[in-house]
Amino acid sequence: MHALKTSARPVSQPYLQLTNITKRYGSFTALQSVDLTIHEGEFICFLGPSGCGKTTLLRVISGLDIQSEGTVIQAGRDISGLPVSHRDFGIVFQSYALFPNLTVEANVGYGLTSRRMKRREIAARVGELLTLVGLTDQRRKYPPQLSGGQQQRVALARALALSPGLLLLDEPLSALDARVRLRLRTEIRDLQQRLGLTTIMVTHDQEEALAMADRIVVMNAGRIDQVGTPLEVYSRPATPFVADFVGKMNFKRGRLGPDRRVTVDGVELVYAPDPDLRAQPGEEVVLCLRPEDIVVRGISETAPNRLAVRVLSMEFIGNHFHLRLGILGSELVLEGDLSINAVRDLSIEVGRGLTIALPPDRLRIFAQGTGR
Amino acid sequence: MRALPDAGTRLRQGLSSDDWTLRAGILVILAYLTVTLLLPMSALLSKALEDRSGAFVGLQNFARYFATPSLSNSIGNSLFVGLVSTAICVSLAFVYAYGLTRTLMPGRAVFRLLGAIPLLVPSLLPAIALVYMFGNQGYASGLLMGESIYGPIGIIIGSVFWTFPHALIILITALSLSDARLYEASEALGASPWRTFWTVTISGARYGILSAIFVVFTLVVTDFGVPKVIGGQFNVLATDVYKQVVGQQNFEMGAVVGLVLLLPAVLSFLVDRIVQSRQGVQLTGRSIPYAPKANRKVDLALGGACLLIGLAIVSVLGTAFFAAFAKLWPYDLSFSLRHFDFDNMDGGGWASYVNSLRMAGLTAVFGTAIIFIGAYLVEKTRGFRAGREAVHFLALLPMAVPGLVLGLGYIFFFNAPGNPLNFIYGTMAILVLCTIAHFYSVAHLTAVTALKQLDPEFETVSQSLRVPVRRTFLAVTVPVSLPAIRDVAIYLFVNAMTTVSAVVFLYSPATSLASVAALNMDDAGDIAPAAAMGVLIFCTAALVRVIYTVLTAGLLRATQRWRHR
Repeated sequence: MHALKTSARPVSQPYLQLTNITKRYGSFTALQSVDLTIHEGEFICFLGPSGCGKTTLLRVISGLDIQSEGTVIQAGRDISGLPVSHRDFGIVFQSYALFPNLTVEANVGYGLTSRRMKRREIAARVGELLTLVGLTDQRRKYPPQLSGGQQQRVALARALALSPGLLLLDEPLSALDARVRLRLRTEIRDLQQRLGLTTIMVTHDQEEALAMADRIVVMNAGRIDQVGTPLEVYSRPATPFVADFVGKMNFKRGRLGPDRRVTVDGVELVYAPDPDLRAQPGEEVVLCLRPEDIVVRGISETAPNRLAVRVLSMEFIGNHFHLRLGILGSELVLEGDLSINAVRDLSIEVGRGLTIALPPDRLRIFAQGTGR
Repeated sequence: MRALPDAGTRLRQGLSSDDWTLRAGILVILAYLTVTLLLPMSALLSKALEDRSGAFVGLQNFARYFATPSLSNSIGNSLFVGLVSTAICVSLAFVYAYGLTRTLMPGRAVFRLLGAIPLLVPSLLPAIALVYMFGNQGYASGLLMGESIYGPIGIIIGSVFWTFPHALIILITALSLSDARLYEASEALGASPWRTFWTVTISGARYGILSAIFVVFTLVVTDFGVPKVIGGQFNVLATDVYKQVVGQQNFEMGAVVGLVLLLPAVLSFLVDRIVQSRQGVQLTGRSIPYAPKANRKVDLALGGACLLIGLAIVSVLGTAFFAAFAKLWPYDLSFSLRHFDFDNMDGGGWASYVNSLRMAGLTAVFGTAIIFIGAYLVEKTRGFRAGREAVHFLALLPMAVPGLVLGLGYIFFFNAPGNPLNFIYGTMAILVLCTIAHFYSVAHLTAVTALKQLDPEFETVSQSLRVPVRRTFLAVTVPVSLPAIRDVAIYLFVNAMTTVSAVVFLYSPATSLASVAALNMDDAGDIAPAAAMGVLIFCTAALVRVIYTVLTAGLLRATQRWRHR
């Protein structure tokens, strides 16, 4: 699996530029003034819960739905009002939409036979594409005779046949079982890297987005909440929504004090400087902390946010333990994920006392009631 | 063509050549349905408001209709016959369908086939058979205890016979759609089988039962074949239309009766629509289909009931066969083909049979093409909602229009002196057009259902691959929909063979049809030849069905290879 990128790709010419995209269905607004720039060769994931507008945005880019307002510019060309067949993209749907009565070969070559290509050229191109997705031995079969993963790859090969400038993937993995899904997401990512093909994938699966994307576009209620690399989105969520949707998170109400301090249920914590924080001392805030960021080992006497806790409950999840930790002398309860090693080394058990530390740079603080 | 967005105005998508093709197609179908359906119907309406000279007289014709008891009495007669036939038919069909779907009684496949037989005969054939069974010289006339078969009794028995499969199909579907978990729940809660039957079975099938009631009622009330043959002096609306138009050439009054006849049909159409729209949510993807368990008592009881019903169907059909082949009923029952010597009888002779074959063939070919393409355009055109909905509405309209009324509308519209289409009057073309329009709805719904099962993204993928819509239609949509296309073609062929109602006003001496010939021979007293013609129609319909199924099986194997893993 490819490593998480720590920074955005070097800025190149924008390949796809969405400006002020709004889509209304009657009185319902599916997309609200969305702006987005995508660079050539990027793998972008639209991530969000169902109904957040991610699929609508993909349909606007493909022309399947037409936006109520806004412009779409692809490779320097304004395609805002163009019909689907005048745009330049390949698409793979969740259902794959393979033609059931045509062989794998005929499916892949479907778009080629309409261009004035020679039969020999078509066969060569189809062979090339089938090699690319590793299905040369299945060429004479019909789609219903293939497994889900194989069908998926046929759909991918078909979408790539005309060498489109943009590849659109609409939840391409969600119909597959877990094992196949894991393998295919690596394959798709590798293929995309080899071809250097600008790709947009819609998904509701955060793990998929984190593993595959160069940049993730997290959407919520028709707006973009955050655009960033997987690591940025995970470690520095821009809004409580993103913090909640991507990964697990402790959410606690607190009040901001002076000198980068915040008080939660009578416990005073120190947080690292945050230029994005839009709250003044004295205001109510929301404090976020990932369960795995709780430190239990190697805590020095002077470590900030050092707390004595009691283990309230433990749940064995398989590769780690999930604990509920009650801070002594407070009502505050935090959820923590600890490795099996740590639990064994520190002999952690329910009812036992424990010292933990909360690293200041791991605490995220959002102004109460604001989206950003 | 390209719409550039500018501030404040709603962005519109440019249209591709495919979009233009599909929209043009919608307009063509719309024009077709307007000419073959809407304009004839409005011609009928305006005729009812005119006098003989063509002057507008408002509701005067209606006033005269209701002031003439010999005419308006037919309303009561039609209602009576319709209600009684419906009650009997739906009850019998329910028992039969229950036996087929909910028990393990022996011979279910045979019973299923038997139950469908009446679909293949013109409605006048059971009436003719009833004359042989219960008429003055009938072999079973004693069973009527002195009552005459000519009149309501005959109409009711004949109507129940030919409408039986229509109710059966609906009820089989309704009873097949049941969730086994409901039965398990009911049993677990300790409900008696009787209570489960009412609260689960009947309640689950209630929309189907309601639908069957309305369909059968409409069919009975608007049918013309049965009362024409066996109605005697008992007048009903359908025979009144015929008498006014063909007998007395009183077109205005014929139009009035036609409109009265339209009422129950429109009403049941509306109810059926409402029922259909509610039925959708009953069965979810997670339901577990009900699988009947062996139950000796129930199996025997329903097996017995189905056997009786099956025997009744066979005996009616058998009587018709016997009458067709017996030399001189009831005096000389030796085998003879003399009743098939149609060329020496009234009615058009063998030529009418050949005409029927041609008409049914043309209807099947052109009807299937028009209806399937129309359904495709309704389903797959992007945007242009007004056009698509107009086509869909017009496509469903024939379900609410009895054949007689449609045929009458055709006379008024196509025979009007000023109509540029006047030249098709009296030709084969008008028979084909009228028959396609008459049976449009069911065929359209079959096609739409099949198209809805296709992945809606087929067209999107094609567009992204810049493949013209025509090619995807021919390379994917048609081959994948072939089973449904075949069903539509057979449906149109069989109905075109057996129909009487619409075409009875439209045939000319050169285009007489077999079913009409049977009617006319019966009218002239040649009952045995009429039975022979009816039997011939049945055999043809059955044979074509078999041949077609066998022939297309090869084609299906070739094109549906992908269905087999």
